Amino acid sequence: MKYETVIGMEIHVELSTQTKMFCGCANAFGAGENTLCCPVCAGLPGTLPVINAAAVDYCIMAGLATNCEITRHSLMDRKNYHYPDLTKGFQTSQLYYPLCRNGYVDIETESGVKRIGIREIHMEEDAGKLVHPDGQSCSRVDYNRAGVPLIEIVTQPDMRSAEEGRVFLETLRNILLCIGISDCKMQEGSLRCDVNISVRPEGSEELGTRTETKNLNSFRSAGRAIEYEAARQVDVIEGGGRVVQQTLRYDDATGTTSALRSKEDSHDYRYFPEPDLMPIVVDEDWIARIRERLPELPETKRIRYERELGIPGRDARMLSSSRRLSAIFETAMAAGAAPRAAANWLIGDLMRMLKDRLLDTEEIGFSGEDLAALIALIDKGTISSTAGRQVLEGMLDTGKPPSKLVEELGLTQISDADALGEIVKQIVRDNPKPAADYRAGKKKAMAFFTGQAMKRTKGKANPVLLQELFAKELKK
Amino acid sequence: MERKQVEELAKLAKLEFTPEELDRFAGDMGDILGFVDKLGELDTTGVPPAAHVSGAVNVLREDVPRPSMPREDVLMGAPERDESGFIIPRVI
Repeated sequence: MKYETVIGMEIHVELSTQTKMFCGCANAFGAGENTLCCPVCAGLPGTLPVINAAAVDYCIMAGLATNCEITRHSLMDRKNYHYPDLTKGFQTSQLYYPLCRNGYVDIETESGVKRIGIREIHMEEDAGKLVHPDGQSCSRVDYNRAGVPLIEIVTQPDMRSAEEGRVFLETLRNILLCIGISDCKMQEGSLRCDVNISVRPEGSEELGTRTETKNLNSFRSAGRAIEYEAARQVDVIEGGGRVVQQTLRYDDATGTTSALRSKEDSHDYRYFPEPDLMPIVVDEDWIARIRERLPELPETKRIRYERELGIPGRDARMLSSSRRLSAIFETAMAAGAAPRAAANWLIGDLMRMLKDRLLDTEEIGFSGEDLAALIALIDKGTISSTAGRQVLEGMLDTGKPPSKLVEELGLTQISDADALGEIVKQIVRDNPKPAADYRAGKKKAMAFFTGQAMKRTKGKANPVLLQELFAKELKK
Repeated sequence: MERKQVEELAKLAKLEFTPEELDRFAGDMGDILGFVDKLGELDTTGVPPAAHVSGAVNVLREDVPRPSMPREDVLMGAPERDESGFIIPRVI
């Protein structure tokens, strides 16, 4: 029997506000253990939380950027459970009235564009960090992260393959990076993804029993976990068994999942409205103010690149998806570079260089002005486009401006007719046979002559000028 | 209120009670719930749910950092600790 995989996701995103969700402690990664705590986030009795206005703004931004409705009357709730990473014995979250609902994100895979529904986006706070030192019978807790503002983005079960899951995550991350509400680093945990997976016979409308897989620390591991878990469920069913609803932990090293906890001891969270926090009422003005703050989203950018700048579809999508890439592209154009030329350098050569160096587009250090300067050097004939590739590599690795790299690498193209003239004369003189061939009509011999000249000038001769000079010399 | 429900709640709240206490609480809590159930007799059709009665909304704070506590104060109440962190029985 053929099976279909059904995937939904819950994505936690740490917001890059200055302070925590309910207190003025700094929201920072990597500070000394337990140095970013106060009576509120340490959960001391008698303290009262106050909502961070910026966190609400950021959540609304995420909602608008993913086409959600903004809940006009929103409330915080208590999710009660005891675990040592929680200081208060409950997590402040939203269950009944999440701030954003009913949105969507369009993704593009090999098989076309697909709409993935966003069920809701709600605000909550992060928990502290537990560390389990090897070989010891204790765990340690650092509460710096306790109270850091989070949004949880919950999708509809709309994805059908590991590929769709991976592309959705990438698309969502690009949107969040674009609106600047999080640094979205999966490795540092500022973007965390839990995947709900079930399988069902193809054609069936009913959902199968799902499992939830946690601990995915990269897009790649999310894709691999989906593949593994879907195959495992099919094996269980084909073997006559039943899939058990449970929470699984993905192990990136082995590429397998194992049970974290099963439904039997699943939590009863006894949610209730948070009595210490007043409702959040969002009016039209507030939404309009946030809408104004939203930068141009990747999708809008893509359409503009395609329609107004004539960038081919795939290239336009790549350029617009990355905040860094599109910023470089736009500054390069502002600095005078032709759109197509700028796009070609960024998509073709640069992408390959990034891949070789295992770098992300966000890590590109050179500026759009530098790229425009590089293109100008080629247009003016100062360097060849082959040399341009070397310069681009230098820009990526050293961050030095192109003019400096051209000088350092000795790449200046020889466009001086006098300097090349001597070489041209000599080559024609030294090669009477090809010269005779050319004069007898064998125009292919030209390649031989320019090749010789390139050899002597170490590839620095201006090829167009060379051809002119040889043609003139051979007419004599 | 069933005694079993009280046991379940106690477990979730990480509390331990004697059998006598459990019986007493089952009775007490049953009484309280019965009292609250009385409210259910009111017809609330068309009345929006209210989690608060003060009427205050949008009580928000500017996103401006304030000093945190000295680490010593954070760790002061810890049953067990070291230089910089809380030490707890292993949880994994």
